[in-house]
Amino acid sequence: MKHIDAIGLSCPQPVLLCKKALAASPEGIEIEVDNTTACGNVTRFAENLGYKVTVKEADGTYLLAIAKA
Amino acid sequence: MSFLKKHWQVILTGLVVGAFAVALSALGNPANMGFCIACFLRDIAGGVGLHRAEVVQYVRPEIIGLVLGAMIAALIGKEFKPTGGSSPMTRFVLGFGVMVGALMFLGCPLRMVIRLGGGDLNAVFGLVGFAAGILLGVAALNKGFSLKRSYAMPALEGYATPAISIALLVALVCFPALLFFSEKGPGSMRAPLLFALAAGLIVGALAQRSRLCMVGGIRDAAMFKDYHLLLGFAAILVAVLIRNLALGKFTLSMAKQPVAHTDGLWNALGMLLVGFASVLLGGCPLRQLILAGSGSADSGVAVIGMTVGAAFCHNFKLASSADGPTPNGKIAVILFLVITAVIAVCNLQKEKE
Repeated sequence: MKHIDAIGLSCPQPVLLCKKALAASPEGIEIEVDNTTACGNVTRFAENLGYKVTVKEADGTYLLAIAKA
Repeated sequence: MSFLKKHWQVILTGLVVGAFAVALSALGNPANMGFCIACFLRDIAGGVGLHRAEVVQYVRPEIIGLVLGAMIAALIGKEFKPTGGSSPMTRFVLGFGVMVGALMFLGCPLRMVIRLGGGDLNAVFGLVGFAAGILLGVAALNKGFSLKRSYAMPALEGYATPAISIALLVALVCFPALLFFSEKGPGSMRAPLLFALAAGLIVGALAQRSRLCMVGGIRDAAMFKDYHLLLGFAAILVAVLIRNLALGKFTLSMAKQPVAHTDGLWNALGMLLVGFASVLLGGCPLRQLILAGSGSADSGVAVIGMTVGAAFCHNFKLASSADGPTPNGKIAVILFLVITAVIAVCNLQKEKE
């Protein structure tokens, strides 16, 4: 699965990276962010597109697995 | 209902901001200025003597409350996170530019909405410029604009902005002789200290939880067809409108609106600058305050940029008044539009990777 490193980036950049990555690999991606705002925004964006999002938190970073629902 | 489940926080925050905005004006703040981040930072700059415009000097407790409310909510929600290092000087300059634009228009994006809700049609010109400025910023973002990553910082760095806010509160309450207080003009019009502080605390906490942002609403709608934050924007407008109508404070006109001028072109250009620079900063002035309270040193620098910008605006006669814009102000808005465009272009990064 394509991995996007969005650590340290503030919104809307993580969402934008996610949007571009999903356009390139529509089957799904994983993206890592380090703040709850980005986590929430990426989740909302992906869910609005009909994807399923699974969040794993570790040490203040969030790994979001975005896959076709 | 899933709509409410998804959006209730930001809608509630908008309604509360709108209700407090009208209440603060009813209790003493200038009309259509229950909240205005730009005006209040400008008043604070005057209150500590960074400029000597005698009509706009007061250390506004609303601002102190917003920062501390955001800090408390972030701590409780385990979201307080000291970060920094994402192009701080660029953020200072952008914050400065936001203030130059806001004081051309006479209000931050939040006050623009509040002015709309009071019937001030000049704010329509502001809104048009604001939206256009956001679209400029969105174009930059789509082309790869970034102020680069932020990094984890020591706790002290994250608590700096709340600590400065507490210092201002202590000065205001215990050592007022150190500060300047307007005796006439907008700076002399103030809601009771405790009410203003409480309003700031409550709104600060709600805005931290809901991520309310005036810039984010239009930006996300344009970029992702995501209308979540725009609902907060709309909720403020609805709440202000309803409260004003109920209190008989709604006056639909361009002329003779409180703390406003009628130069449509410069109202639009001022807010064009605010929208453009705010998108590059990642949020409106309110959002910068909230992030600064939640540990972001980068947003703290943007707030300092706005405050210093406000002092320059009055020291160099860039700020408009009810009589209209000043020649210096027009030059400054054009100059900062160019500077903002240069910042946008210089921070485009190539795709790949």
